[in-house]
Amino acid sequence: MAYKDEKLHEEKVFKDPVHRYVHVRDRVIWDLIGTPEFQRLRRVKQLGTSYTTFHGAEHSRFNHSLGVYEIVRRIINNFENRPNWNEDERLLCLAAALLHDLGHGPFSHSFEKVFKLDHEDFTRKIILGDTGVNAILRRVDSKFPHKVAEVINKTYENKLVVSLISSQIDADRMDYLQRDAYFTGVSYGHFDMERILRVMRPMEDQVVVKESGMHAVEDYIMSRYQMYWQVYFHPVTRSAEVILTKILHRAKELYENEYSFYLEPYHFTSFFAGDVDLQDYLKLDENVVMYYFQIWKDEIDPVLSDLCKRFVDRHLFKYVEFNPNQQMSEWMELHKLFQKAGIDPDYYLVVDSSSDLPYDFYRPGEEGERLPIHLLRPNGELKELSRQSDIVESISGKKRTDHKLYFPKDLIEGLSNRSKTKKRILEILYG
Amino acid sequence: MLNNHAKLVRFFSQCEEVVGRKRLQKMIYILKKAGYPFEERYEFHFYGPYSEELTLRVEELCNLGFLNETHEKKSNYHQYRYSLTEGGEEFLTHYENMPFEDMTEHIHNMNEESSRFLELVSTMLYFDQLSRDECEEKVRAVKKKMNYTEEELQQAWSFIDRLLN
Repeated sequence: MAYKDEKLHEEKVFKDPVHRYVHVRDRVIWDLIGTPEFQRLRRVKQLGTSYTTFHGAEHSRFNHSLGVYEIVRRIINNFENRPNWNEDERLLCLAAALLHDLGHGPFSHSFEKVFKLDHEDFTRKIILGDTGVNAILRRVDSKFPHKVAEVINKTYENKLVVSLISSQIDADRMDYLQRDAYFTGVSYGHFDMERILRVMRPMEDQVVVKESGMHAVEDYIMSRYQMYWQVYFHPVTRSAEVILTKILHRAKELYENEYSFYLEPYHFTSFFAGDVDLQDYLKLDENVVMYYFQIWKDEIDPVLSDLCKRFVDRHLFKYVEFNPNQQMSEWMELHKLFQKAGIDPDYYLVVDSSSDLPYDFYRPGEEGERLPIHLLRPNGELKELSRQSDIVESISGKKRTDHKLYFPKDLIEGLSNRSKTKKRILEILYG
Repeated sequence: MLNNHAKLVRFFSQCEEVVGRKRLQKMIYILKKAGYPFEERYEFHFYGPYSEELTLRVEELCNLGFLNETHEKKSNYHQYRYSLTEGGEEFLTHYENMPFEDMTEHIHNMNEESSRFLELVSTMLYFDQLSRDECEEKVRAVKKKMNYTEEELQQAWSFIDRLLN
């Protein structure tokens, strides 16, 4: 029997708190799960720094990847024998679902920003490079790794396959919303996924939802909206993210200035030098990063040491709302006051905006902007979701963005009470 | 602070008006490919390169009063128009020292073209690691429904050559 068709003698199951069980029958999928590159995802948290706010949010990209695979498996089981569905694409969908986050690094959002990296680029490199994952995919077919990479990169020509893993209602979002809700312990993020899976239909270029399933989709949109504001965009999580970003900037700056680190930062050097190869990338997981942060707490450089203490010991920055339209002059004054007080504003005065995070909520947008969710009416006509649902329309038109100013309140309070600088800083920040 | 916002405001200060979000998405992507230092992260979507970060940032600029957004209802969709406000101009005065090359000529050239054409150009640029033949083959595969003609492809190559040289 060809490797691609090989089944395990007995179905393997993973106990899963969100989907109850994740079922694996295909030898290829089982082998992929066993590769070092996939196992590495156990050491990359799904929600980055959110654990500093929601103590349960320690789940990993490994959990999530298995979850996305399981959802896609269920979707395509329902697609069997339906028009527009090609059963030959089954293994490709499952492999792409399982591997879609393979290139995520430690605290990937901050790392990508500071070191100008792209996790999708590394996903492609892992799939196409000299790795365990590539060796397994190549056993299926010499072109199979390339196809998997294209599905994940969203450039595969069969858009239906792409839309299962990446669209406005895809397996990725359906898993992370439920999983993140479960592990953070919030009461949002729940919706009737079983119902959505039952009413999903394959079309030529996309997955659509039967109109009768509209209310289940409304719930999904609402939970996406609430999770955005309550979890993903939580101001305390953003404070930890701000500090993390500043640690990386500081360490890089010190390296560039030939600072002598107490412990040579071997795992970071190619990141600092802007020359990261695949092997360096795979070696750096969150356990390694936290080890360095622990060591850097005792560094001589006061900024690096202080920022690492704040991050590791959860002594975060405080924040106030900030309106760049009205407060630009105040911000410039604060910048000078911080300098005067000996608190480096480049590291201790940070404006964070809602656009700095990689999450979004549903917007139907404009024609040709991006593909919205389509409902399939009994007469075969497709209608954009917000045109049919008042609930979705009412939230998809709302524009909520915000900007927050982060700073170390304790350092400001530590300034002498007689200091005019301190008085003025507090006046600007708290009115 | 807000440097990425400032770069976008500078872009809007160099065009009178941008009509259409799709056009805006493609224009920034094309300029980014031409070497302008926009940092919005793009992914390939159904209609070519798309940046959610750009959408959010533009939304923020509108909410801050730096951009004016109007929209008109068309038969099946909305169309959005963007222009710079006085507040946006004032905001830019804080970034006079930020180096940024003039984009007006490129903006003018892009505004002369349809958004269908900009979708083609941005998609070709997305596959710029491929050879010309491979790129055309890929574009035809992922944009099957657009039915781009040989002539359009050649025009797009000329546009790209002018842009990058």
